[in-house]
Amino acid sequence: MQAFHLAQPTMLLDALAIGNAADTKFIAGGTDLMQLLKDNVETPAQLVDLEGVGLSQIRADASGLRLEAMARMSDVAAHLDVRAQWPVIAQALEASASPQVRNMGTIGGNLLQRTRCGYFRDTGFNCNKREPGSGCPAIAGENRMLAILGGSDHCIATHASDLAVALTALDAVLELRRAGDAPRQVPITEFYRLPGTTPQIETVLRPGEMITAVIVPPSAAARNSHYLKLRDRASFEFALVSAAVALDVRDGTGRDIRVAAGGVGTRPWRLPEVEAALRGKKLNDDALREASSRAGEGARPAGQNAFKQILLRRAVLRTLQTASA
Amino acid sequence: MASIGQGVDRVDGRLKVTGRARYAAEFPISDLVHAVLVQSTIGAGTIAAVDMGAAQAMPGVLAIITPDNAPKLAMKGGAQQAVRAPLLQDNAVHFNGQHVAVVVAQTLVQANAAASQVRIRYRRDEPVTSMDAALAQAYPPKNFRNGERPPDSRRGDPDTAFDGAAAKVDVTYITPIEHHNPMEPHATIARWDGDRLTVWTATQGISGAQQSLAGLFGIAPQDVHIVCPFVGGGFGCKGNTWPPATLAAMAAKVVGRPVKLAVTRAQMFTSNGYRPRTVQKLRFAADDQGRLVSMRHDGFSQMSQPVLGEFSEPVGLATEMLYACPNVAVSHRLVATNASLPTYMRAPGLASGNFALESAIDELAVALKMDPLEFRLRNYAEQEPHQNKPFASKALRACYQQGAEAFGWSRRSAEPRSMRDGSVLIGWGMATSTYPTHRMPASAYVRLGADNSALVRVGTQDLGTGTYTVMSQIAANTLGVPVERIRFELGDSAFPHAPVSGGSMTVASVGPAVKAACEAARAKLQRDGGEVAEASVDVKPGEEEHRYAMHAFGAQFVEVRVDAELGEIRVSRFVGAFDAGRVMNAKTARSQLIGGIVYGLGMALLEETHVDGETGRIVNANIAEYLVPVNADVPDIQTIIVPNDELVSNPLGAKGIGELPMVGVAAAVANAVYNATGVRVRKVPIRIEDVLV
Repeated sequence: MQAFHLAQPTMLLDALAIGNAADTKFIAGGTDLMQLLKDNVETPAQLVDLEGVGLSQIRADASGLRLEAMARMSDVAAHLDVRAQWPVIAQALEASASPQVRNMGTIGGNLLQRTRCGYFRDTGFNCNKREPGSGCPAIAGENRMLAILGGSDHCIATHASDLAVALTALDAVLELRRAGDAPRQVPITEFYRLPGTTPQIETVLRPGEMITAVIVPPSAAARNSHYLKLRDRASFEFALVSAAVALDVRDGTGRDIRVAAGGVGTRPWRLPEVEAALRGKKLNDDALREASSRAGEGARPAGQNAFKQILLRRAVLRTLQTASA
Repeated sequence: MASIGQGVDRVDGRLKVTGRARYAAEFPISDLVHAVLVQSTIGAGTIAAVDMGAAQAMPGVLAIITPDNAPKLAMKGGAQQAVRAPLLQDNAVHFNGQHVAVVVAQTLVQANAAASQVRIRYRRDEPVTSMDAALAQAYPPKNFRNGERPPDSRRGDPDTAFDGAAAKVDVTYITPIEHHNPMEPHATIARWDGDRLTVWTATQGISGAQQSLAGLFGIAPQDVHIVCPFVGGGFGCKGNTWPPATLAAMAAKVVGRPVKLAVTRAQMFTSNGYRPRTVQKLRFAADDQGRLVSMRHDGFSQMSQPVLGEFSEPVGLATEMLYACPNVAVSHRLVATNASLPTYMRAPGLASGNFALESAIDELAVALKMDPLEFRLRNYAEQEPHQNKPFASKALRACYQQGAEAFGWSRRSAEPRSMRDGSVLIGWGMATSTYPTHRMPASAYVRLGADNSALVRVGTQDLGTGTYTVMSQIAANTLGVPVERIRFELGDSAFPHAPVSGGSMTVASVGPAVKAACEAARAKLQRDGGEVAEASVDVKPGEEEHRYAMHAFGAQFVEVRVDAELGEIRVSRFVGAFDAGRVMNAKTARSQLIGGIVYGLGMALLEETHVDGETGRIVNANIAEYLVPVNADVPDIQTIIVPNDELVSNPLGAKGIGELPMVGVAAAVANAVYNATGVRVRKVPIRIEDVLV
């Protein structure tokens, strides 16, 4: 770890002002950033501790759900309205990390956690995401956990968040703020960038900009939503493949269909090809099978991760079956 | 008063749960400074230059030790497994993650910051990173089992017998690199007082540490004082005196102050050995009556560069002795790679070897359409078939029977995919466990008071296994006093000698010394009277190991649930029945048994070190991505101790319980996965993608 200056503001506006300085990062629960600092993957000159700024409200009403960025993962997962109206969010959170990490981890921090790619997290390897232009040994290397969708010749690192997958299925919107700018809203489906030739740039956040809240609209589909996470270990592990499904079914017909997947993409992966195949259709088992067989169109496996293509389809099918049962 | 066997609470339990048990890194030594290791980022080559300009100028930095300026060591050796590098004695880089520099600073934070600024330029060579691609260059070990026996053995004519047999399997099994990952990483505090060295270190063998450090620094063993009252788990990786302990002492010498060197979790992956990858070729055959007629087990295990030492994974040892088969051949070969030196890991040889052996036995039972337990009973060895000696005792038949009964084995459906619960396939599997009973010479000191209190000292270790408690029980039992009257001390090289705590032999070796010393002190007190009597005794094994084959045994039964479409594998039920001889403490024994079974479940389904093929660098050198079981992976585990009061193996009748329970677990799981899915997986860990059909 390198020496850094620690700022501990008590007002959001102060935090934003300090956060606008060069080589500065915000720190929330610290469950990911502390590891990256210790391993010299992140070496900021200054950290802005958000612990003192509040920003931890959870508000659910007829207009929807608003999660402030510093709300703890465990508090959101336990919130009765979240569990009733947006169950996929609670399920994704409860499938994340461990109880201890969820007690520290925040909603904003969770969405900005870095990839688990072992090549990224060890400065002994080259990595285009960590050191642009140094190369990606992961593509031809140990790639079992890495992405089959959204990768480029420069990076195939998987996005690690479960929550982001659930929010992607629900068309959540992120509220972003930066000192001197008016707050802006960005749909989560437009928030994460594909790696392309610049894998070091992961989101549309501008320098000094912060996620201040997540806004999730209410819907019949959200009330009937479900998260499935597949992994080697029964708990405390990142997804091999996960699926988030929200379904509004009336008279057996799919009205509103949302399907997203995790563990397979360089960002949370919406599956419009599956949604389109079910919209307005009778949701019988044949239709679900046919639709889920389209999941992951355009996948580019790297070798060890080829099984994720099959597993993705089966995970989507199982989640659709569960949500439509 | 007869406390042996009872579930006596750990005598050090209160110290541990209140945080007062002091581990190596926790000793408050005045004037202490901190050392941090710098490790190589190439897999093979030489160090061309070390640029330490920036690092040297950083706050608090006292020294940066590199091969250019490191003190020369006497290198007289003396450890049980010679580890000859890396000790900064030359510029060669043999593997990725090799120690290439040590930074010493006033604080740990300063040392860490400076260590990350040391820049090393290399001349790179092409590393050999894949053992599987280099099998053709395999070579026989020079020092197999420390030279006690040749690496190969043969009885009868297995090849001819194979050719004419009714049922055959000819298969290759693979086990991966696994790392011990004890809860406590390696840590050492070293202090020089003139030419005398005191070392507080996490070790499974204080005597070995004393010998090795004395040899390396060219001083007499009595001038090296090792202190190690508690160890936070070892599993074999603290058996040798690995380079970090030596480098801590070297750093203390260079800066003239006491130095603490605590290895990080990531550095643990190249600092203190690992279970090597193995490729095992098995050719087994049986006649139409289900009698084994031929067993061939050819094992290859991954090695480092031979210049660094030697370790050979003895995968074929159980194949020689477990079944009554007239024609058996085993061989052991090494494959040199640019990896660090492998070492003993919980049940060395047996854990890897029995996965292959007991899976292949299951395959042969399937080929014969015979129940796998019945097949094993039909080939039961009443007498040790390799050395033609009687067993000191063998209650394996009772283990099979009691384990099967408790598990409900007779209700098993042999047909794969025939047991189901909705979308989940259910599979039952079983395997045999065995581990040799070892014993080494040991000594003990006792000071017995007329008030029936006793101080007992042995230079042994407690890895968290319960040595303090069990030895207190043995002393109490011998003296006929309550356990509370015994003060047992260990972990100090000034105490009487004891062997390394490995090979499940601490109770069998140290226990008889404690017993004999207590008897001698009591006799002296009774004879001479007075307030106190002292006794020091040395004990050693007798003729029994030449006359008898001595092994512990067990039978492992497991139920797995495999999602038919999604492939997720979860263990839902486990029964292990063991003949471990006499049990010293029902509680610590149960902890050892369930701990070993969980270790085996990790081997079966989770544990694997991933090595980058290009650079030989480990990709998952952390415990987020190197998976070990968590509570959610562990089902209810039923353990059964099969009574066995035999006292031939050693005076306490303890056959060893630390390693036995993990042997056979991986095979039992693999056999259960086959029963559930019809897929025979010949490698561990067994993954979702292996059973996606």
